[in-house]
Amino acid sequence: MPPSTDDPAPAEGAPSPEGGMTRRTALKVAGATLGAAAFAKAIAPIVSWTADQSVDEFLQKHYRKLSSDELERIMARLEAETKRDYGADVEISDARPQEGVKFGYALNLSICIGCRKCAQACHVENNHDRPSGNSYIRVLEMQKGTNDLEQGNVNYTHPVPHPDKYYMPVQCQQCDRPPCVNVCPVDATWKEDDGVVVIDYNWCIGCRYCEAACPYHARRFNWTKPQIPAEEINPVQAYLSNRIRPQGVMEKCTFCLHRTRNGKLPACLEACPTGARVFGNLLDPNSEIRRVLANKRVFVLKEELGTRPSFFYFFDE
Amino acid sequence: MTPATPVSPSAPVSHPTARGHFAGYLRFLWRVIVDATDGSGWFYAWMTLLTAVALVGLNAWSTQVRDGMIVTAMTDHVSWGLYIANFTFMVGLAAGGVMMVIPAYLYHDEEMHDVVIVGEMLAIAAIAMCIAFVVVDLGRPDRFWHIIPGLGEFNWPVSMLTWDVIVLNGYLALNLHICGYLLYMRFLGRRPEPRWYVPFVFLSIIWAVSIHTVTAFLYCGLGGRPFWNTALLAPRFLASAFVSGPAFIIVALHVLRRFGRVHIGDRPVAILANIMRVTILINLLMVASEVFTEFYSGSSHTAAARYLYFGLHGADGLVPWIWTSVIFGVVAAVLLLRPGVAKHPAQLTVACVLAFVAVWIEKGMGLIIPGFIPSTLHEVVEYAPSVIEWQISAGIWAFGLLVYTVALKIGLPILAGPRGLEATGTPWKKAG
Repeated sequence: MPPSTDDPAPAEGAPSPEGGMTRRTALKVAGATLGAAAFAKAIAPIVSWTADQSVDEFLQKHYRKLSSDELERIMARLEAETKRDYGADVEISDARPQEGVKFGYALNLSICIGCRKCAQACHVENNHDRPSGNSYIRVLEMQKGTNDLEQGNVNYTHPVPHPDKYYMPVQCQQCDRPPCVNVCPVDATWKEDDGVVVIDYNWCIGCRYCEAACPYHARRFNWTKPQIPAEEINPVQAYLSNRIRPQGVMEKCTFCLHRTRNGKLPACLEACPTGARVFGNLLDPNSEIRRVLANKRVFVLKEELGTRPSFFYFFDE
Repeated sequence: MTPATPVSPSAPVSHPTARGHFAGYLRFLWRVIVDATDGSGWFYAWMTLLTAVALVGLNAWSTQVRDGMIVTAMTDHVSWGLYIANFTFMVGLAAGGVMMVIPAYLYHDEEMHDVVIVGEMLAIAAIAMCIAFVVVDLGRPDRFWHIIPGLGEFNWPVSMLTWDVIVLNGYLALNLHICGYLLYMRFLGRRPEPRWYVPFVFLSIIWAVSIHTVTAFLYCGLGGRPFWNTALLAPRFLASAFVSGPAFIIVALHVLRRFGRVHIGDRPVAILANIMRVTILINLLMVASEVFTEFYSGSSHTAAARYLYFGLHGADGLVPWIWTSVIFGVVAAVLLLRPGVAKHPAQLTVACVLAFVAVWIEKGMGLIIPGFIPSTLHEVVEYAPSVIEWQISAGIWAFGLLVYTVALKIGLPILAGPRGLEATGTPWKKAG
């Protein structure tokens, strides 16, 4: 290009011929107008999206900073939004941890047959997105004679149990030293007093750092707005667990806290046809889970990472 | 070297009064806007092209926010992709911009002084791009305020991401201050006072190391991802940053010489080429060292490296990427090691472009994606960016180049630096 036309500094300081300036200014104005129109066009999708977002949600505080009144109003708003968006009448509550309870979960690898009934029960109980078939539980088919995950396989389709295999369901290990909680930049996920690691779905910014940090593939992201037919929605919901999650936030297993904090067992346990799952209070010396930990050959997954899971695997014989 | 006249702050040109100062600053800002939007037909064509690409990216991002990140190719297995890959690379480029500053201020190199602002402006544009790449990776950008200290919940000091927020924004502020101060003094026709910018320059040198170290800690602090969980990650980040930064600046200096109508001596390019000669070898050494450790031991933790370099269980999506990077890196190193390479602009430019692309792959797709493949439960789910991801990424690159072009356009008059001011005696504009 000819360099002589490209000298901003001296030309602008000196008075320019009147006509040149006017034409140039007119061109600039035209360019700016065109640019502004193109800009408006470009952001049209985001403008239509913001129309669906409520100001109340935008300004909502962190769960642990809410007064009980504020939380009541928020849960009422979420119920109304579920009615509006999904056509379902649901009841959202705030289930709190019980005094003197720390949950533990143990799974008997000797009798698990890999039927994936637990994963299916989780899908239904926790109001997961239907098209993706999401679940908090993945069942690995493992080669007998090794516990090397690399030789495991989740995509098996043959009848189970296969004689050469054993089966290892994996879900959130509710670690006592959870890497996912440490990495969260906005404190949107934390460990509750009963040991359950929870997420405030209305505070999470969706950076997915926790998903990268978790060594157990326990966390899921809502890549789009979950789709569930109204008649399939589980109406018994809690703010920190199975209420329908918004688009663009993380979610995870909560040991079904809307059930377990009210004296019931997790949905995955109730669905298990072989009784491989044991759930209970680690602080109660007479609980079944304590009996398992004391008497069985127990191990935790990836112990070398120092995450201290509250989820245990054991063998019978 | 800092300006010859030591402490005496007063330059030959008159001082504005306190009241006149504000009006003067407004005139300065107006002048900046005029300079940034005025130029030749080529300039307008270039800016229009960049604006168009940036708008395509903006539209794609807008769609992504509305429909969800399902429009990307990311999954729960590979949960970071092209955006975070580019983010990681851009942090390196921002840190690498400081390679201009070190010889200029630490070793009092006069000619480097003249072009140091080219590197500082690169840092500004690169950090702007970093922030953009993080924002487009958020599932809920509307909740961005949650991470602002005081307004939201800032999980500092436990979360490394909060450290990254601090160091990146601090680095941006430092470079904005240095560039802005030098420009304003030039506008006033005054000599910049060393105490108002030299301490910040030295701080920015240390800070540049911190931004890339902290960004490496984001990844290497994750025990569940063996591919990232290596102490060599931060040193490797720095070595590669000091390849990509000088490479970009050398090409930028060549372009400025051709189109910018500013005199740029041969020395800055020669020094930068010499820096690259060393850093590119250190970088290759570190790659070789990691490859050896991964493959010689043969433990099951090497599955990610096997996937990256050779493919795993028939999945080999990254193999062409990484070998392109390796070959480009080696060829660039050979070209750079030839004697007198700085005297052959064409050859040097080719070497710089090859080195730049090599690092972009190595610190981008070649670093982020294998962290997720195989997944923590050893599932192999591959990833290739979707059209929307490419559009958004191209849009951010165009936006970054817009910022850089405008910054240089404004900064060209002070490229001559304090020394040039003394020599020519023609201030940008007489004050008052």
